Amino acid sequence: MEKRELIQRQEATLLDLRSYLFSRQCTLLLFLQRPWEVAQRALELLHSCVQELKLLEVSVPPGALDCWVFLSCLEVLQRIEGCCDRAQIDSNIAHTVGLWSYATEKLKSLGYLCGLVSEKGPNSEDLNRTVDLLAGLGAERPETANTAQSPYKKLREALSSVEAFEKHYLDLSHATIEMYTSIGRIRSAKFVGKDLAEFYVRKKSPQKAELYLQGALKNYLAEGWALPITHTRKQLAECQKHLGQIENYLQTSSLLASDCHLTDEERKYFCQEILNFASQQTDSPGRKIVLPMHSFAQLKSLHFDPSNAVVHVGGVLSVEITLWSQMPVPVHVEQIAANVHFSIEKNNYRKTAEWLTKHKTANGIITFPHEPAPFPVSQNSLPALELYEMFERSPSDNSLSTTGIICKNVHMLLRRQESSSALEVPSGVALEDGAHLLKCSSVTLEPGANKVLFRTQAKEPGTYTLRQLCASVGPVWFVLPHVYPIVQYDVYSQEPQLHVEPITDSLLAGIPQKVKFTVTTGHYTIKNGDSLQLSNAEAMVILCRTENRAVIYSNTREKSSDVSLRVQSSGKVTSISLPAAPAYHLIEFELDVLSLPSAPAARGGSNQPGLKESQKTCPEKQAAGHCMVTTDHKVSIDCPWSIYSTVIALTFSVPFQTTHSLLSAGTRKYVQICVQNLSELDFRLSDSSLVDIGGSTDLQLVPLNTQSQERVHSRQSVFFVWELKWTREPPPALHCCFSVGFSPASEERLSVSLQPYTYEFQVENFFTLYNVKAEIFPPLGMEYCKTGSLCSLEVSITRLSDLLEVDKDEALTESDEYFTTKLMYEVVDNSSNWAVCGKSSGVLSMPVAAQATHRVHMEVMPLFAGHLPFPDVRLFKYLPHHSAHSSQLDADSWIENDSLSVDKHVDDGVDSSSIKSRGSVHSAASTEHRGLPMPRLQAFPPGQVFNSSAGMQVFVIPSKEDHVLEVSVT
Amino acid sequence: MAVCVAVIAKENYPLYIRSVPTENELKFHYMVHTSLDVVDEKISALGKALVDQRELYLGLLYPTEDHKVYGYVTNSKVKFVMVVDASNTALRDNEIRSMFRKLHNSYTDVMCNPFYNPGDRIQSRAFDSMVTSMMIQVC
Repeated sequence: MEKRELIQRQEATLLDLRSYLFSRQCTLLLFLQRPWEVAQRALELLHSCVQELKLLEVSVPPGALDCWVFLSCLEVLQRIEGCCDRAQIDSNIAHTVGLWSYATEKLKSLGYLCGLVSEKGPNSEDLNRTVDLLAGLGAERPETANTAQSPYKKLREALSSVEAFEKHYLDLSHATIEMYTSIGRIRSAKFVGKDLAEFYVRKKSPQKAELYLQGALKNYLAEGWALPITHTRKQLAECQKHLGQIENYLQTSSLLASDCHLTDEERKYFCQEILNFASQQTDSPGRKIVLPMHSFAQLKSLHFDPSNAVVHVGGVLSVEITLWSQMPVPVHVEQIAANVHFSIEKNNYRKTAEWLTKHKTANGIITFPHEPAPFPVSQNSLPALELYEMFERSPSDNSLSTTGIICKNVHMLLRRQESSSALEVPSGVALEDGAHLLKCSSVTLEPGANKVLFRTQAKEPGTYTLRQLCASVGPVWFVLPHVYPIVQYDVYSQEPQLHVEPITDSLLAGIPQKVKFTVTTGHYTIKNGDSLQLSNAEAMVILCRTENRAVIYSNTREKSSDVSLRVQSSGKVTSISLPAAPAYHLIEFELDVLSLPSAPAARGGSNQPGLKESQKTCPEKQAAGHCMVTTDHKVSIDCPWSIYSTVIALTFSVPFQTTHSLLSAGTRKYVQICVQNLSELDFRLSDSSLVDIGGSTDLQLVPLNTQSQERVHSRQSVFFVWELKWTREPPPALHCCFSVGFSPASEERLSVSLQPYTYEFQVENFFTLYNVKAEIFPPLGMEYCKTGSLCSLEVSITRLSDLLEVDKDEALTESDEYFTTKLMYEVVDNSSNWAVCGKSSGVLSMPVAAQATHRVHMEVMPLFAGHLPFPDVRLFKYLPHHSAHSSQLDADSWIENDSLSVDKHVDDGVDSSSIKSRGSVHSAASTEHRGLPMPRLQAFPPGQVFNSSAGMQVFVIPSKEDHVLEVSVT
Repeated sequence: MAVCVAVIAKENYPLYIRSVPTENELKFHYMVHTSLDVVDEKISALGKALVDQRELYLGLLYPTEDHKVYGYVTNSKVKFVMVVDASNTALRDNEIRSMFRKLHNSYTDVMCNPFYNPGDRIQSRAFDSMVTSMMIQVC
């Protein structure tokens, strides 16, 4: 209470006044049961007092203020503790801990001030200062003098000896840390712990300091505070150096050397520490210190050459990696090695070069994501999800059974957070022992980006995965334990292959065609003297040119050389001597092949290979599509790398399609041959000829073709016509062979003589037997025919020859050297221009003698005006009813009759009414056609009946009564 | 006025930290980091009950001899910590409050930048100059 008196006497100092006021407040607050407010106010008071003293520039001896604050803190705390029980205090640490830590802080600064923290103990100057401070404290106040533990005694004791200070300081610090920890103020606890660590370092007991530093560092790393990390690491390095924890020290050093928050000098120092260690430790070989690489250097990118990262066995692969050195100085690295994991994939055989090329990224550059920097750890958010589609197909029918999304980096996303912050802890960086290593020796890594090139020769086929990267500096190994994303390269082995394919879309028969040979050497090296042996197909020859050139390509389609090729043909075997080529190369060359028409073999084989078309008599119906006739030639090739021969089929298309037709003019006969060019090429046709194979001497074929050479353009036709002439009785059948020479129009001269194109056909019954002539006359007294009025149609059928061989059939009846045959005529008008009035058909008996004529008169009525074509007059052979035995014999002719004319049946249907109306002959025909042998009709072969009025027209004028003029446009 | 301004992410790593006497940067880093203890404490004390009408300003976090540390937390749990010289007694609570509001506005602008990835360190020049203006006033 002397302060009260001092105030009354107006002698109180500022501090006295403040102390007095505060003590009164304390009393009141304690009385009010609010001890926690006391603690808070005390802290505030102390802070403001210190500030004010500073502002007022009150001179105090160094340390005096600290002593005062320390004492005040402890006094207040003691007071509070005095009036509360243990449980209350424990639950209200949050309020008092500030005072505790303030006191600790002050004691620490006092300790430093008085030299109590140094290793050697206080020097004389320190001792003087201590004495001054102790004197300044004065005598202990009587109220507390008797207690065993008073703040005053504590301070005195602490300042009096090094050991006592240590004890008190440690007590206080531990208490504070404990309190902070208990209320969850971990960061504050760590901070006090760091002070403690500093103290331990001063006291030369680094093992204790390290514990606190590690704890603090872990906290800073977890929350990513760069500067505290650097600072703590620096302290830690010192501890580890003292402790001789070489591995940990080197690791911390490497982290510090790459720390951009340090000055260059400091970084160089730590880097040098590593290098010094690396250079001196040579006495114990085999010992190595494995450190994580990320602090030393970072893998930035990787580049494969060849870029698809696929090489064949024996091929050279180069991998260029970009390492970003974090060191401040150039570091000479003895060896950089990449550990490669080798695996043989099950479906390896599928992995041909083409397959792999399709399935790889194009440029061959893999960029690695920025590695998690040593700080701030929690800032680098989790790696991006790597999601892939997944399809699972059932093996039997390839249908989709399961689909889904796979996350490929689950292990990175789902790992525990704590483990990532434990970077400082020497995590066991495992060195994998792999048989496959890519090495690069003696590299100096400059600060910043460095390119390191690995070259390797591929040995075994399979997939190689880059697992680890390891840089060794003496016994110090910097290891990158995982390379991510996954880097792989593939080595494949390929069997040699031969491909033969035409250059154009399709090969044309008869002319020289280019065929490309491609030899993929694969793992086989082609030596000098290796050759392909082609056993020739009979009808295909390989044309030997004077010089053939082969081009050798490397595996990447780069042209490597161009050599001449020797092709020898001897009899059945053509030998192509291949140029020497290394493995995994490509040899390409072209050869001319010519598909020969096969030797004229037995006729009638339409599927006969060769350039010959044989056709039976009569123009058959053309197939709807103009497809070229093709022939296959098989060539078997013996390759030097295999004991088996390769069989290659080449398909040749015949460029032409030929049809023939027989044309008549009265008794004169002509053969027309149409050659249609189906190919895309233009051809020159020459030396066309038509030969009668039958060889009858009295038959002559007179060509009416004017030009000896014809050009036939693509998709166009050329017609050739011959006139048939005979001197004696014409043969019933004519067997001809048409041949024409052809060559591509684009090529002027061909080195080889080409075989002509031939076409065989047969014409039967070509001689004209009957001439049918129709005439239409207007009604009597009229000049023209008129619609609606009946006109008369006169049909005259004239026999042109005497009895011939072809006439000898069933219709012929003989009586006294006099032959007659039965014919049926029919007038049909399919275009319904005419109405045939009365009987439109009839049977007549025709004497088989030249110039025998039969006339038929009919009435027809024109239905339209204009130039109307004549109605058709058809002539059939009328085969009379025969007895059963003959009809059985003639079963063939029945069938022939049925199949003979398809259109005939249609006509029958149309005309059946008119035929029926005649009633007499055909009455039962429709019902009993099949049941009993009925009189039959047989069409004449087209050459035997000549319709001389075919194509004629008659002019019809409209009748006057007609008011409607019908114009039909057809 | 302020001697140190820090923006701290939800996960307690610094998004932005700047102090005026650069030589003492480390001390401020430690101070701000330690203050997070109190921020956490205050946030949990406020509880989840009044999230919408919660006061963003946390007030004085803790005083030290030389400095006063103030805190502010946004709705997305981004913390602003400001260290003020203790000798500057003229500075009232209201002014601190308005400074925090200014800071918050500027931070919102930063977040509105489509080129800014939330969670990255703040490198905006506008934000930097605003912080500078808050610091310069003291001198």
